[in-house]
Amino acid sequence: MEAVTSVQGVAAPLLRINVDTDQMIPTTFLGGTDAKGYGQHLFHGWRFLPDGSDNPDFILNQAPYDHAKVLLADRNFGCGSSRERAVKALREFGFQALIAPSFGEIFYSNCWRNGIVPAMLPIGDVRRIAAAVEASRGQHEVRVDLEKLSIESGTDRFAFEAPAIFRSMLLQGVDEIELTLSRRSSIDSYRTADRMKRPWAYAQGTQG
Amino acid sequence: VKAPSTFLDKVWREHVIEKVAGDVDLLQIDRLILHELSGSQALRALKQAGRRPDTPRQIVTIIDHLISTRPGRHGIESMSPSGPQMISATREESRAFALPFIDFDDVRQGISHVVATEQGIAFPGCTLVCCDSHTSTVGGIGALAWGIGASEAEHVLATQTILQAKPKALRVRFDGVPGNGVFAKDMILALIGRVGAQAGIGYAVEFAGSAVQSMSLEGRMTLCNMAIEFSCKYGFVPPDDATIDYLHGRPSSPREEDWDRAVEHWRTLRSDDDARFDTELSLDCSDLQPQVTWGTSPQHAMAITDRVPDPAQMADAESRQLAQRALDYIRLAPGTPIAGVPIDAAYIGSCTNARLSDLRAAAAVVAGRKVSPGVQAVCVPGSTPVKRAAEAEGLDRIFREAGFEWRESACGLCASLGDTRFDDLRVISTTNRNFEGRQGAKTRTHLASPATVAASAVAGCIADPRRLA
Repeated sequence: MEAVTSVQGVAAPLLRINVDTDQMIPTTFLGGTDAKGYGQHLFHGWRFLPDGSDNPDFILNQAPYDHAKVLLADRNFGCGSSRERAVKALREFGFQALIAPSFGEIFYSNCWRNGIVPAMLPIGDVRRIAAAVEASRGQHEVRVDLEKLSIESGTDRFAFEAPAIFRSMLLQGVDEIELTLSRRSSIDSYRTADRMKRPWAYAQGTQG
Repeated sequence: VKAPSTFLDKVWREHVIEKVAGDVDLLQIDRLILHELSGSQALRALKQAGRRPDTPRQIVTIIDHLISTRPGRHGIESMSPSGPQMISATREESRAFALPFIDFDDVRQGISHVVATEQGIAFPGCTLVCCDSHTSTVGGIGALAWGIGASEAEHVLATQTILQAKPKALRVRFDGVPGNGVFAKDMILALIGRVGAQAGIGYAVEFAGSAVQSMSLEGRMTLCNMAIEFSCKYGFVPPDDATIDYLHGRPSSPREEDWDRAVEHWRTLRSDDDARFDTELSLDCSDLQPQVTWGTSPQHAMAITDRVPDPAQMADAESRQLAQRALDYIRLAPGTPIAGVPIDAAYIGSCTNARLSDLRAAAAVVAGRKVSPGVQAVCVPGSTPVKRAAEAEGLDRIFREAGFEWRESACGLCASLGDTRFDDLRVISTTNRNFEGRQGAKTRTHLASPATVAASAVAGCIADPRRLA
């Protein structure tokens, strides 16, 4: 997996509450078993006009936000569908960090596994960063440091929290499956005991 | 003396293999369900990494998302341009890995979350995951079931485990006796309307109260289905006698001595009377009206007897702005009575509301009536067994004679998935999401119960089912 220690760059404010993953990538563009090819469809319904041209009013079509690395978002960002391609689309577009008061939980899990740091800050702090960005017409860069668990915006410093295991996986680019397979003996002993207690759980899942 | 525990505490504890770091545990996964939309990605990634499934017999692949609902469909038929390739890839990888597989023409086929309970693949107290946020539906039989991403599914494939932080415990009590024309869908929409779309972040929700105890298992599945619509990843009703009756004799339910042992265990899983929840909510259903949504979030729920809200009268600038944005998309004026808004289409389908009891409720409304001229009315049963059972009691004839299309089971038009027939139309729908573009480009979706959708199809506008009953 891609490792990320810190991200610094243009921050795009998209302060809308309850942005769902259908908006990030509509189901029409979920096609294919490939790991790539989704960034071009990011926020399709908002980013493009019906004739397919760029919607000039949408922030990600405006310089310098069109090459933003950090997204400033509002509460419950990434709610709804579990589609991991929403995160892949954000990453392909160039985002490596998201700052929001809260995230849809499946989306949040998906971020850690796709090279994106999802950092939570209270809405007041997110708005304060967004105001600094807007005042500078996007020239004000924001830094998200996963190692130090800190966000730097001008002279402002904000601390954020991250689940220790997901943080270290992303910092080191660790393969989650390898990590779990290294716990094989503990998995085996759990199953030996559990199988005695719940034999039906280990039966063939589908009959007929 | 053991500390009093919730259902969540008990099931979680039973599945912890190891505490990993902080509040993240490595959990045993009892059942993984894959489908061709996201499961295909997980299978491909697993194969590319040179790995194999850890426990194939505890996994099942079901074709449901992209396969066409057209009667007479063939094996790779899809409205999505990439559908044929994804269905084929899923079929090939599942066979290569010897995974139990329910194909498009299998008698057990249907929407994953409908199949999981109908076949007894899921059981009370099991951990079940699937790359679909509506996996919480399966919590209706007392499973701990939740939606995951494709990378997490790859991890489950390879290890039959998952890294997961234990959620906080929320209990929602529905009490009182709902009146005629008021169903589980109305109860859950009313709840989401009251608490908002983000209220459940970080929680697992247990549904309780007299109205849940007396509710059918299918109704409980509808409640649990929409837990994710207030951002609660897990929803469940702990097992009781009705759960055990429902599961007895299902094709994959335990049998004989195994069944007796399992039932004995399942009966221990309910939350202890004095168990503590982090948050408790309650809603009295006695005066509840049928619900319908007016906007672009499931939290935009309102009584069908009410008028579209006026953003200008909302308390703060943010609410005003959000409501105005929703009204602009849905193209309704503030103050409009929601009943009477003309519709272009009516859709009965999805893991929320396309089980046999849902089809019966809708058929009771349309029986002997006709769909209003110009309204596209579509019925997509939740599973092939539901479809067969409905046909055996003549429901298909009622729908067809009224002017509904009667289609094969799949996820269908719950999300557009390449189908453009609802583009730019106003649709009343038994599904779970009224997001912008969810059912097609510019599609304006109004969520409601099967009875309300049926009544609206007949009336040609959003209609109160109690007026037709």
